[in-house]
Amino acid sequence: MEFLVASAIGVLTAAGIYLVLRQRTFPVIIGISLLTYAVNAFLFISGRLTLNAAPVLQDGVSHYADPLPQALVLTAIVISFGMTAVVVIIALGSWLACQDDLVDTPPDGDGPGGAR
Amino acid sequence: MTHWTVLPVVLPAMLGAIIVLATRFHLSLARVFSMAGTLALLVLALGLFWRASDGTISLYQLGDWAAPFGIVLVADRLSTLMVLLTALLAVPVVLYAIGSGWDARGRHFHALFQFQLMGIMGAFLTGDAFNLFVFFEILLIASYGLMIHAGGSARLRAGTQYVLYNLLGSTLFLFALGTIYAETGTLNMADLAVRVAAIDPDASAGIRVASVLLLAVFAIKAAILPLHFWLPGSYAEAPAPVAALFAIMTKVGAYGIIRFYTLVFPPELSLTNGLFDTWLLPAALLTLAIGMIGVLGAREVGRLVAFSAVGSMGMMLIAVAAFTPQGIAAALYYAVHSTFAAAVLFLVVDLVRERRGEVAGRLDPTNPMQGGAMVAGAYFVGAIIMCGLPPLSGFLGKLLVMDAVRDVAWFGWAWAVILASSLVAIVGFSRGGSEIFWKSHEVAIGHPGEETEAGERNVADPAAPPAVMQMVAIGLLIAASVAATVFAGPLQRTLMATSDQLFAPEPYISTVMETPGKTITHGYESAEGDAPPTPDEEH
Repeated sequence: MEFLVASAIGVLTAAGIYLVLRQRTFPVIIGISLLTYAVNAFLFISGRLTLNAAPVLQDGVSHYADPLPQALVLTAIVISFGMTAVVVIIALGSWLACQDDLVDTPPDGDGPGGAR
Repeated sequence: MTHWTVLPVVLPAMLGAIIVLATRFHLSLARVFSMAGTLALLVLALGLFWRASDGTISLYQLGDWAAPFGIVLVADRLSTLMVLLTALLAVPVVLYAIGSGWDARGRHFHALFQFQLMGIMGAFLTGDAFNLFVFFEILLIASYGLMIHAGGSARLRAGTQYVLYNLLGSTLFLFALGTIYAETGTLNMADLAVRVAAIDPDASAGIRVASVLLLAVFAIKAAILPLHFWLPGSYAEAPAPVAALFAIMTKVGAYGIIRFYTLVFPPELSLTNGLFDTWLLPAALLTLAIGMIGVLGAREVGRLVAFSAVGSMGMMLIAVAAFTPQGIAAALYYAVHSTFAAAVLFLVVDLVRERRGEVAGRLDPTNPMQGGAMVAGAYFVGAIIMCGLPPLSGFLGKLLVMDAVRDVAWFGWAWAVILASSLVAIVGFSRGGSEIFWKSHEVAIGHPGEETEAGERNVADPAAPPAVMQMVAIGLLIAASVAATVFAGPLQRTLMATSDQLFAPEPYISTVMETPGKTITHGYESAEGDAPPTPDEEH
C-alpha cells in the first residue's frame, strides 16, 4: 500500500511539473492543481498509513491514526483551493487584457506597456 | 500571559474587515482607518520592541494550549525587530498611497494592505512552522490583490507570473513541512530544534531533504539567484506603494532562513553541515552580481530599481551565509537599510513615471519633467543609499557585511563581488539618472512641454510639483535611512544582542516548551471533545 500511495504521489507530481513548464496559463494552472493534489496526499500520509485506528483520543484505545496531518491537510486543501480560484481569475483577466494566454512576457514587453 | 504579542496580528485583521465591510464606499473613511491603524501598529511594534529589548522572550499561547500541540507566537528580539521594521515602512507607504491617489485607482486597497500587514506580522511572530505557512499564504493572497490593483494588461500578465510562481513556492513549502513532520512528528519550531538535534546522523536522509527543501522555499521568497525570476517583473509592474511595501516581503524569506537555520538546523548541527558554504554563499554572490548587472542593463527605471532590490538581497544573504553572530548582525543592519532604500526608490520611480506621460519609466531622454528638481534630488539620495556610497546607511551596511565575511572560505570572492558590483550599480544608477533627468534638457530645447500632454488618465498635472504628502512619505523613508546611519552605533549594539540571542537558543526553547498551559487529558472529558471518529476510517 505504501508503494501504491508513493507511486501515485510521484506520478501526480511528475505530471504536475510537466504541465507547469508549459507556456500557456491553462495547462500551468492544471499542473499546479495536480501538484497541490500530490502535496495534499503527501501531507496526509506524513503521519504514516494506519488502518482501522481511532483519530480522536478515547479511553481504552491504544492504537491511533495521527490526527495532526488530517488537520494540516484540511488547511492545505482550503488554502490551495482558494489560491487556485485566485489564479484562475487573474489569468482570465490577463487573457482578456493581453489578448493571449502566454505566461511569459513577450520580448518587446520589457517595462510597463503604458496601460497603468 | 498578556495579549500584547498577538495584537500586531489581530489589529490589522480587524481593521481589514472593518474597512472592507463598513467603509467600502467611503474612500476618505477607509483612508482614516488605514492611517490610524498603521500608526497604532507602529506604537504597538515600538512597545513590543521595547519589551524585548532587555532580552525577554514573550510567549503567547493561542487558546492557552501548551506548546507542542497548541500554536504559539513568540516575540523575541529578532521578531520584534522585524515587526518594528514593517510598521516603520508601512506608515510612509500608506501616506504615499493616499497622497498619490493610488488607493483610488482600484477597489479595496486599504483592506488588502491591512491583510498584507497581518500576514507579515504573523509570519514574523509565529513559533510554529505550519502557522508560518498559513501566514505566508495570508500575506501572499493579499499581495496578489495588491499586485494587480488598478489593472492594466502588463500588470495583469506580471501578476499572473507572480501568482503562479508563488503557488509553486507554496506547494514546495508544504512538501518541506510534510517531510519535516514525517521525520520528527512535530512542527513547533522549538520542539523541532530539540527533536532534530536528537536525530541519528546515520538515518538523516529525510531531514536533510527537508532542510534543503525549506531553504529552497525561503530562497524563492528572498529571490536568491536561480529562483529570483519572479521579482523584477512583478516589482516593476506593481503599483508604487505596493512595490515599496513588497520591499519587506523578500525580508520575510531572509527572516525564515535566519530563524530556521539558527534554531532548528543550527550551523554546528552535523546533519546539515556545509549547506551554507556549498549552496547559500555562492548563490548569494551570484544574486548580488546578477542584480547589479541587471541594474546596468535595465531599459526601464522600475526594472532598474527592482534589480537593485535583487542585488541588495544578495548582499544581505552573503552576510547571512557566513552564519556567525557578527554576520547575522550585519545582515540585519543591511535588511533595515535595504528595506528603506528600496522603498524610497520605488516611490521615486512612481513620481518619475507619472510626470513623464506615455514615455513613463523608459530610459529614453524626453521632455524634462516639471517639478523635476525635487524628484531628481530624491532619486539621487535614494541611489546613494542603494549603491552604498558614503555618507548614508548603505555604505555602513556594506562595510559591516565585508567585515563579517573576512573569515569565510570564499572571502576573496565575496569581497571582489561586493566591490565590483557596487561599481556596476553606481554606473547603472548614474546612467538611469542622467537619461531621465539630464539628457531630457537637451531634447527639450525648442519645444518645451508639448509631448507630456499626450498622457493617460492618471498623469498628474505636469506643472505641479510633487504633492506634499508624497514628498513627506519619501522624506520619512530617507530620514529613517539617515537615522540608521546616525544611530548606527546603538543600532549595531542592539542587532549584535539580537544575533547573540539567536545563537543561544536555549532560552527560546525553554520558554516555549516549559510554559504551562492547557494540555490534552486522555479521553472525552477533555476540552477538545469536538468530533466523533471520522467515518472514512471505517471500512
